[in-house]
Order: sequence, then structure tokens, then C-alpha cells
Amino acid sequence: MVSLKCPVCGGEVQVDDNALPGEIVEHECGAQLEVFNDHNRLSLRLAEQIGEDWGE
Amino acid sequence: MILGISYDLLRWEERNIIEEGRKSGFKVIPIFTKDVTFLSSEDVPYQDVEAILQRNTSHSRAVSTSMLFETSGFKVFNDSLTLSKCENKLMTTFLLRSRGIPVPKTAIAFSREKALEVAKKLGYPVVIKPVEGSWGRMVARAQDEDTLRSLIEYQEFTTLQYKTIYYVQEYVNKPNRDIRIFAVGDEVPVGIYRENEKNWKTNTALGAIAKPLKIDEELKELTIKVKEVIGGFFLGIDVFEDKERGYLIGEVNGVPEFKNTVRVNQFNLSNFILHKLNEAIRR
Ligand SMILES: [Zn+2]
Repeated sequence: MVSLKCPVCGGEVQVDDNALPGEIVEHECGAQLEVFNDHNRLSLRLAEQIGEDWGE
Repeated sequence: MILGISYDLLRWEERNIIEEGRKSGFKVIPIFTKDVTFLSSEDVPYQDVEAILQRNTSHSRAVSTSMLFETSGFKVFNDSLTLSKCENKLMTTFLLRSRGIPVPKTAIAFSREKALEVAKKLGYPVVIKPVEGSWGRMVARAQDEDTLRSLIEYQEFTTLQYKTIYYVQEYVNKPNRDIRIFAVGDEVPVGIYRENEKNWKTNTALGAIAKPLKIDEELKELTIKVKEVIGGFFLGIDVFEDKERGYLIGEVNGVPEFKNTVRVNQFNLSNFILHKLNEAIRR
């Protein structure tokens, strides 16, 4: 596991070592976060809202 | 096989395809759309990729990335033309109809007055749907003209892309379920019933329960026919059962989800897709 910082509350978020960009992580503060690749390091940002054109 | 997975959200499906691919000894390269740029003066990266499986959740990202990869010389499944045909319900319905495939009675109108007029012809209740959209969003049933008038008004005040087109359909008096069946290459390996006791909308995204489907010969042939008209490699097709007319094709999905299908059928669809894809690109 890697420990990342929640961009909303600043708290710690445990993410799987082999997490991939686009993975969604729920943090205990209630934030929905998206894993992304920040200059070759895993990082977290607020997940995208469901779009009008989303869905199968 | 070196396979690229184009995606913008890592759902169960994308993760499962990546895992199953690696188990089968394929090299699977996740391509996270939000990290990719296309520059007309440069080659697209991933030059050793033999095929790209399109798995973007957003339709605009799916169609655009398929198109961009295609024009860069990649084999993309599903291709942008297939995705365009699926995404636009007007096109799906009338294209299928033109090839003699049974669809629910559907009316298209371009003004409020004509929409109401043609709904009367269909007979209430009717269903009004956005031309583009998924997971049952904005799909509504009108019991009478008054309700339809209100629903039309709602549509007109949304930010929907095709809000000036009215897609009105008969309400198919189906059992409390519909069918979701999958076409992979030229095969029809698996499907589910989606049952909902409480909601006439049978999307699993809206709480419908998935049950294993027994695929009969008629349904299989119909699925193949739909696939021949729409094209592509991997499709999820929604089918209604009408008491008099039999099977009617509702919608076709170009980036179908299949978590529940795998679960209730104990069928490894990711693995099936991967091996069929490998076959297709070696042909
Ligand atoms: Zn937090």
C-alpha cells in the first residue's frame, strides 16, 4: 500500500501499490477521489462528476 | 497480443479485462484517456500496440479516442462509426428498422406540436427518451397527453445535446424484465434477464436484478443480425419481449458493462473477449 494525501481533507489515504490512473477511491471524509499520475507518481484528485454522456 | 485498453474510469470491467489479459499472457497496456494527448505533427505513442479495446465511460471520449486511434492506423474495437450508431438512439432504431429488424414503434418529431400529435398515433402510455443518454437517465413514461406535454417541457429546458428532437416510443407491455445479450465477434456467448418488480425501467443501474438467460436460437440469430447492421466487435443489446410480436430490439450499447452478467452466469466474459479479439486481429 502507498499512503497518499486527500486533496479535500488533507488526511491520509491508503491506496494499493498497483493502483492505476482512473481508479476511484472513497475517503472517510466522504470525498470521491480519482487516482492519477502526477509526474510519474500516484496522486489523488477529486473524481469527475457523472457527465451527461456517461454510461454504457 | 499487445492490447491497449482505452479508458477514463477504472470500473470492475476494465480492471477485470486487464487482469484476465495478463493471466492469458497478453501484454495489456492501460491507456488512461485523461493522460493522453494527440498532436497532429507527431505519431501517437503505443506504436507496438496491436489492437485497442475502447472502454471509455464518456461517449464523447469514446467516440473521439476511437476516431483518433483509427486515423493513426490502429485497429480499434469498437470503432468510432459503430459507437456513433449505438450512441444515437434515432440512428440505432431507424437503421435497424431499415434492415427489417423488429423495434418498438418509435416516432421522431422536431417540434412540440408534432411530438404530441404523433404520440396520439402511437397511443398512450408512451415513453420519451433523450436521443443520447444511458443508464435510463431522463427516460420517462407518459400516461396521457398532459404528462407528455410536461415531460417535453422538461426536455426543452435541459442541457441535452439533442433537446430539439423528440424521440417518442410506444410503451412495450413487456413482463417485468428485459434481456441484455452480448455479441462478441460473430458469437453470442452470454446474456441476462434484468428483472425489476418496482420500476418499469429495467436498467441494473436502477436496481434491477440480473438473472442468467437461456439463449434460444431465434434470439441468437437476431443478435447476430443486429451486430451485422451496427458493426463493431463487442456489443450489449437490450431486447424486449412483446407478447404478440416477440423480440423487439430496444438499444445497442457500444461500451457495455458486464459485471452482473459475469457474476450470475459464472461466465468469464473478459477472457472470451480477449481470445476472440486475438483471433480477429490474426485473421
Ligand atoms: Zn478526505
